[in-house]
Amino acid sequence: MTVRKNQALLTADEKRRFVDALLALKRSGAYDAFVTTHNGFIMSDTDGGPRVGHRSPSFLPWHRRFLIEFEQALQSVDPSVSLPYWDWTADRTAASSLWAADFLGGTGRARDGQVMDGPFSAASGAWPITVRVDGRGYLRRALGANGVQLPTRAEVDSVLAIPAYDAPPWNSASDGFRNHLEGWRGVNLHNRVHVWVGGQMATGVSPNDPVFWLHHAFVDRLWIEWGERHPDSPYLPAIGTADVVDLRGTMRPWDDVTPADMLDHTPHYTYDAAA
Amino acid sequence: MSTITRRQALGAAAGVTAALATAGAAQAIPVSQVSPVTPAPASPATPASADAPEPFDEVYRGRRIQGGASHDGGHGDGHHAGHGGGYSVRIDGEELHVMQNADGTWISVVNHYEPLATPRATARAAVVELQGADLVPLTLS
Repeated sequence: MTVRKNQALLTADEKRRFVDALLALKRSGAYDAFVTTHNGFIMSDTDGGPRVGHRSPSFLPWHRRFLIEFEQALQSVDPSVSLPYWDWTADRTAASSLWAADFLGGTGRARDGQVMDGPFSAASGAWPITVRVDGRGYLRRALGANGVQLPTRAEVDSVLAIPAYDAPPWNSASDGFRNHLEGWRGVNLHNRVHVWVGGQMATGVSPNDPVFWLHHAFVDRLWIEWGERHPDSPYLPAIGTADVVDLRGTMRPWDDVTPADMLDHTPHYTYDAAA
Repeated sequence: MSTITRRQALGAAAGVTAALATAGAAQAIPVSQVSPVTPAPASPATPASADAPEPFDEVYRGRRIQGGASHDGGHGDGHHAGHGGGYSVRIDGEELHVMQNADGTWISVVNHYEPLATPRATARAAVVELQGADLVPLTLS
């Protein structure tokens, strides 16, 4: 059974195996296919048109399915690997062990944002950025450099307290839990973390940075927490709504999975108890 | 790192307020600190593309940035329709993929998670983010 653990509690061996599996997917080309898929949805999901991966109710089930697929790809390399999660309410600075050279490496240098240490640095030669929006082929970050702070636990709790899953108009203007978690409205949780990391994480090709998966694993875990607090609050919309995926609508690109299929994560993985 | 004044870095985008945090920051030029507009609950589901923003054409930090109505709908490179409401932005002639949010704010593919007030502010933010790099055309899967 796959157990997703807090990244701060991983052993040196677990970190090494996770990194090695990432590098293997990168070498095979499988990794970049995930980046391409994500960017395609980032660019095509619109508030006034069809929207599946972002700015819509299916933001959470879509990313759940996306992460399951990615986790399975990692496990095809090393069955012992699972996706760790990054609790950014607790590990809030560039000094966190997450950003150490034995795990994800640190922030970028001032001159060009280039990450200079760790397994994903350009110097390592193992992490070319090929799916990109500009000419730069190296991983970039600017941790905390935009003047933003990572969300606090109190801010997270304020969002978890929202009882309705989502609301019309089912987009970036919506009230409700999903849009507050996604961050287009209110205290801004998920979006703000992308901005805090900077570099490719602030762009449509954000999965170029391996922290993407750890960030979204924590967002996924928050969805579970919300469900525990609001056991009677269903996924919305329940029935056909223009341009968005209702409870039993299929989600692109898989076309064989619905939000209803994704409500229970336990057939696929569980999370450790450490929050 | 080029040295520029805060005034230059911030530009004069309407509605953009700055909160600078420069101490030792890796990129000591925060483009802006935008509190996303909280729309009224009854805000429209469709971006207000009827009120197309003003065109612009300027050199910002050594890059030519342009914005205006796109004759090809803004998706001449195989982009999907609808994201920019017929408004396109270019940096040194290369299209910057932009999108308008339901509350009227804008994002681009290089600043996707931080809405800004206008396409011009989004173009300037992209210039800062690019640090001199060229945009490359994107092909969607």
